[in-house]
Amino acid sequence: MKKGNFLSAVLVAATLAAGPALAEDVKVGAIYPLSGNAASAGKSELDAIALAVELVNGTYPDLVSLPSVGKGGLSNLGGAKIQLITADHQGKPEEANSQTLRMITQDKVAAMIGAYHSNVSFTATAVAERQGIPFVVGDSVAANIMTRGFKWVVRVTPIASDFAKNYMEYLQDMKKAGRKVETVAVVHENTDYGVSIGGTVVEQAKSHGFNVIADVAYNANSTDVSAQVLQLKEKNPDCVVFVSYTADAILYMKTMKSLDYLPPMIIGDDAGFADPAFVPAVGDLAQGVMNRSAWAVGKPGSVTYRINELFKAKTGRDLDDTSARGLQAMLVLADAINRAGSTAPDKIMAALKATNLSQDQVMMGYRGVKFDERGENTLAATYLVQLQGKEYVAVWPEKSALAPLQWPMKGWK
Amino acid sequence: MILLQVVVGGLLLGAVYALFASGLTLIWGMMNFINFAHGEFVMLGMYVALVVTWIHGGPEVFVPIAMVALFALGVCVYFGLIKHVTRGPMLAQILSTFGLALLLRYSAFAYFKADFRTLPESWLSGTLNIGGIFVQNSKLVAGVMAALLTIGMHLLLTRTALGSRLLAVSEDRSAAMLMGIRPDRMQALAWGFSAASAGIAGALLAIGFPFSPEVGATYALTAFVVVALGGFGSVPGAGIAGIIIGLVDQISAYELGPIYKDVVVYGLFVAVLWVRPQGLLGKF
Repeated sequence: MKKGNFLSAVLVAATLAAGPALAEDVKVGAIYPLSGNAASAGKSELDAIALAVELVNGTYPDLVSLPSVGKGGLSNLGGAKIQLITADHQGKPEEANSQTLRMITQDKVAAMIGAYHSNVSFTATAVAERQGIPFVVGDSVAANIMTRGFKWVVRVTPIASDFAKNYMEYLQDMKKAGRKVETVAVVHENTDYGVSIGGTVVEQAKSHGFNVIADVAYNANSTDVSAQVLQLKEKNPDCVVFVSYTADAILYMKTMKSLDYLPPMIIGDDAGFADPAFVPAVGDLAQGVMNRSAWAVGKPGSVTYRINELFKAKTGRDLDDTSARGLQAMLVLADAINRAGSTAPDKIMAALKATNLSQDQVMMGYRGVKFDERGENTLAATYLVQLQGKEYVAVWPEKSALAPLQWPMKGWK
Repeated sequence: MILLQVVVGGLLLGAVYALFASGLTLIWGMMNFINFAHGEFVMLGMYVALVVTWIHGGPEVFVPIAMVALFALGVCVYFGLIKHVTRGPMLAQILSTFGLALLLRYSAFAYFKADFRTLPESWLSGTLNIGGIFVQNSKLVAGVMAALLTIGMHLLLTRTALGSRLLAVSEDRSAAMLMGIRPDRMQALAWGFSAASAGIAGALLAIGFPFSPEVGATYALTAFVVVALGGFGSVPGAGIAGIIIGLVDQISAYELGPIYKDVVVYGLFVAVLWVRPQGLLGKF
């Protein structure tokens, strides 16, 4: 026993001593949907995470206001670089299960980041928890991911209750401004993502005094959504909240136009409505759609503008909210690894838990990053944006608005 | 009024399903062969349409081009793959088209990427308003095409010399050869027709439906259900089954909610097969 302890102590000491000197790469596993229905969003987010890794590994003197960024590697680990190991979970929890296990046991990653779909993050985090490897959730928002008392998981993104509350505060503001907002309909796809956000929106709508007249669940792989649109047309709510993935979000907009139904306001909850494919496909039909976004490009010369430029140079498109949240999460993880000064999972986890970033140290619209005992970011927040022309612009809350809000939405009219 | 709109929507959706399934059932009728790559043929029809719109062509150009391109692909697939695997065991036949499906899907992935695509607006992307009932032009055309193809294929098989030759090969290959019919030529033609109908279906669907290389899988399941319900190998059966499934799908989605519609559709499917295992119009 004693001998074993001594041996492992020597080993640990040896790794600690050797680690910084050799500046060995730190392996981080990233698991995203690179095929399957959400592949376009998954690839975009992985591109953003790869950019985050470049920002940490490279030299960017204009971005050093972000912690651990632009200094040519992790300074506390002797300038070690982060090496990204990627895997495709195809949108399937069972695939995530085996891929996460493979990355931890075979690739020996020091930490994990993922995984877009809420139901996939739910599974992947459970694997990391069992293996004792830190898992940073950058984007998935379902409540149940963090309510299992896990010790190895933190979540950087704002979650369902944060923005469901924001949506309703926005509608209350509209009501105060004299617009007719009495009834709300919620249409959500029926996996973890849609069910949890849909449920939270319904709850918050009721507690904010709105009448929820329809709560429609559907399958995101539907080939046709006419029946749902006709249900809405018949009930005629003042605002419809959609919780949808990409193909279905586009199909809803097209079907609404072909059945000539346009509610006064549509709030599309991120995912499908924020997918890079959404605006080119149906932007002309969806003028005035509201969305949430914790990401804003900002003015030329700002840190966010510069990051967007780098992303654009690499991929040819602007950074979207989901991808930007992934990028931010990767930066938080990189900073924690740097502060840990070690690749030992428990050291990294302790550093993650101790994260305390201010508003100026993050690139998102969060008030900062600081985790509570469950691992949720207590400083997470979001803006509401509206599709005007070819872009989503910040319109709510008023103090951060870049353009006046349009009500009712114009749609295709 | 709204219910009438639901029914019209069901009929149009059914027509699309019928169009989609007719080619699949043709191959089964001709060769006792299940083509798992049929959904991918439809997907390729969509991408052919997309590529044509890049070089400035409307539906009047891209639908025929998709038809011809897929006809050629169907013939190539027959000579390159099917002809050889039909000599192998049953399992090899099934898995060969499954492999082909994956090959086509991931080739499309490699070339077109995972992004969702939509076709630009054209004269077929609008909607007709008939006394307050909305009918999407593209689906209306798909419906007319489905009817024409179903009737056309049925007449071709039952009323023409070519049809008799096709059926002769499917009934008894050696006997047909003794009569001077070249079975390979006939079966290649059947694959061509089948793929061409998938090409038309894909090009028309692409007008109103966002697609990615994965889209084939979304439609393929319904196509198999339509074929089985209509009766394996029966072209008119696929037409009728398509309409039934479209109607049941839309009415149950409207009355019960969209998450229950698949339960109703597949429940009905199992029930019908329990009573009539050969399908509605199929023969033993």
